[in-house]
Amino acid sequence: MSLKIVVLAKQVPDTRNVGPDAMTPEGTVNRSALPAIFNPEDLNALEQALRLKEQFPGSTITVLTMGLPKAADVLRDALYRGADDAVLLTDRALGGADTLATSYALSMAIRKIGIPDLIIGGRQAIDGDTAQVGPQVAQKLDLDQVTYVESIDSVCEDCRKITVTRRIDGGVEKVEAPLPCMLTITGSAPACRPQNAKRVMKFKKAAAPAENREGARWTITQWGAADIDADLAQCGLAGSPTKVKAVQNIVFKAKESKRLSADDAEIKQLMAELLASHTIG
Amino acid sequence: MANCYSDRPELRFELNHPLMQRIVELKERNFRDKDQYDYAPETFEDAMDSYDRVLGIVGDITATTIAENAEGVDVEGPHHEGHRVRYASGTERNLEAMVKAGMNGMTMPRQYEGLNFPITPYTMCAEIVAHKDAGFGNIWSLQDCIETLYEFGSEDQHRRFIPRICQGETMSMDLTEPDAGSDLQSVQLRATYSEEQGCWLLNGVKRFITNGDADLHLVLARSEEGTKDGRGLSMFIYDKRDGGVDVRRIEHKLGIHGSPTCELTYKNARAELVGSTRMGLIKYVMALMNGARLGIAAQSVGISQACYDEALAYAQDREQFGKAIVQFPAVYDMLSLMKAKLDAGRALLYQTARYVDVYKALDDIERERKAAGEKLTAEERAEQKKYAKLADSLTPLAKGMNSEFCNQNAYDCIQIHGGSGFMMEYACQRYYRDARITSIYEGTTQLQVVAGIRYVTNGSYLAQCREMEAQPVSEAMKPLQERSAKMADMLEEATARAKEAGNQDYLDLCARHLYEMAAYSIMGHLLQYNATQQPELFEKSAHVFMNYADAEVRKHYHYIMHLTPADVEDYRK
Repeated sequence: MSLKIVVLAKQVPDTRNVGPDAMTPEGTVNRSALPAIFNPEDLNALEQALRLKEQFPGSTITVLTMGLPKAADVLRDALYRGADDAVLLTDRALGGADTLATSYALSMAIRKIGIPDLIIGGRQAIDGDTAQVGPQVAQKLDLDQVTYVESIDSVCEDCRKITVTRRIDGGVEKVEAPLPCMLTITGSAPACRPQNAKRVMKFKKAAAPAENREGARWTITQWGAADIDADLAQCGLAGSPTKVKAVQNIVFKAKESKRLSADDAEIKQLMAELLASHTIG
Repeated sequence: MANCYSDRPELRFELNHPLMQRIVELKERNFRDKDQYDYAPETFEDAMDSYDRVLGIVGDITATTIAENAEGVDVEGPHHEGHRVRYASGTERNLEAMVKAGMNGMTMPRQYEGLNFPITPYTMCAEIVAHKDAGFGNIWSLQDCIETLYEFGSEDQHRRFIPRICQGETMSMDLTEPDAGSDLQSVQLRATYSEEQGCWLLNGVKRFITNGDADLHLVLARSEEGTKDGRGLSMFIYDKRDGGVDVRRIEHKLGIHGSPTCELTYKNARAELVGSTRMGLIKYVMALMNGARLGIAAQSVGISQACYDEALAYAQDREQFGKAIVQFPAVYDMLSLMKAKLDAGRALLYQTARYVDVYKALDDIERERKAAGEKLTAEERAEQKKYAKLADSLTPLAKGMNSEFCNQNAYDCIQIHGGSGFMMEYACQRYYRDARITSIYEGTTQLQVVAGIRYVTNGSYLAQCREMEAQPVSEAMKPLQERSAKMADMLEEATARAKEAGNQDYLDLCARHLYEMAAYSIMGHLLQYNATQQPELFEKSAHVFMNYADAEVRKHYHYIMHLTPADVEDYRK
């Protein structure tokens, strides 16, 4: 059996290494001050796809991203690590998209690629932290979805089913889903394998037309809104109902502390308070 | 993200040395592979960019996977199960990452699935890996043995064995026996040709074999019955798939715990001859050893770097008497000397690696031309000879000095940690234990002196110094270059005195001192060159190193000038 897999990837600012100039005075993310990286959980997703490819030789992995031309960096990275093909979705008409417009564009691109056996993405991106795009893509393609996947346990060829382990609060659950389906992978899944020397030497010469790179020897597929037959009203800013009303800078001023004895009653009291204030639970 | 390559600008500096132009030219031969292999470079810049990127991958794997596993590997160590070795779980993960990244058979030609890398960037990878786990460095770097099979094996052997190494199978070199350590001429493992089976059969015992349960072994064995010296020894390749070699025990060692050191028993183990009989020790093992010595020099530099990093971080963090201890002269004296030894040793290592690259690439071209009935041109032959001689002279210095430096740096690393350094919680104790073997295996420092002394007495080191004295350096380096010239004068005078006595024991007693004088003089020049090119990286180290090197040379000079042949008796036991 061989599988057709699409991996969704996003180029994000590295919010894990935030410096003092990470935010603009207006309260938006200062993208130029943060290095652009491969969204970490998308790398976990790619690793799951690569493991399936090892298990089922002949499988193909297409990595799809939407973004500015420089988002081709994450596609090259995916090619370095073992992906077979890469698609860059880039168009001014797609810019400024919220999760709804993004998942619309991605779903249309996936239709163009051809509905695969599996779509795998990271649980969420470290810039928006919404965890909405994966589920919305599945919804728009009318596919089943399993979120918070930590490992793919088995794929049954005859019955077209997949069994996965899903990370939930306080434990894991085993879930079976029919193929095709969409999986989102958590950061607790195995880290992605390293880049491969030969693949780096080959695909460093891969580029999307919009990058205008000289000496490119391998073309990254590049599509705009028209290529995926997108309804412009559902794309970009026009298709994004989410509006940012205001952004506030919050500075924590006071450090509250409370001294408790080891008395059970006091601890119970604290638990009740924390539950009531929704700090825990 | 931490990266053990890109965080180390000294390495990138060494990679971009002007001699790389010639090395790439010789390795890539007009970029003839570019149409056949999609990963082959098209230009010099393309090749250099690929080396840089691949080093970045190794730097990444080292800073993440290998670094995370290092402590666990040291505690767990390899397991002896039945007659086989199972690596520590962290070692397995390290190996898997390196194999997936395609970092095996790096120097082999593309037709055998290799990367066709020069020795220089490969050696850098070895340094980087050893920086976080010296023991794992051994397992990974033993891929280097394939170089010997490539040089001396048949085309059929190349086809069958080299791709396996490129795919990630491991190697070992089975030389040492209970009664044959430094003295390999005494090897007794028996190789007999079986007409019946149409192959050689190996019988006997090997001891202290690093990675002894490897997939492919290069074995030194006695093929000529009744002989007692090196001329009766041949080299064989043993394939674990054929069976016949068992691991009797894994040694319990002071350091490099991740690297399994094995005692092996051979019972009618089927093996193939490599090259011709009788050439095993005198030709093939010598080539194998030279490669291995460069590997240990790289491992030593890696450990030195780890010691320096650890000591510096601790000294910046630890406060005593109201300030960080790094601010005390007694502490920064140690730290700056550690860094100077590290920089000087590294400069020597990569100068050696580049020389090896030039002559080995020419050797390869020569073999290729020979097969086509052609020869090297007279200029190429002269170049090959020149660089082979330079490489042979610098290899014992690079191995001996770097292994001693890394022990010294490990000592100082603990010293800077004070009492904490004596506790097992800190990484410096591991570096201290791991460093200790570097000046012993692949030829002790004393044997490096034996290999190096001929280049003292024949004037080769001195000639290299004199040549470097004439090279232009920056204004800031000129006074140091003049000091170097005086150091070379002392080397010349002391050498003449040791030789003139005409007493071999006296010369042997002076040898270590002369060897170090030569090494310090050469390293001083190399650092002056580096500081001329990139003062911000090397100028401080050049000054610190020269203060130290000058004093060391004077010490040895003084020693020899006051030692007479009659004094030998005071030393003799």
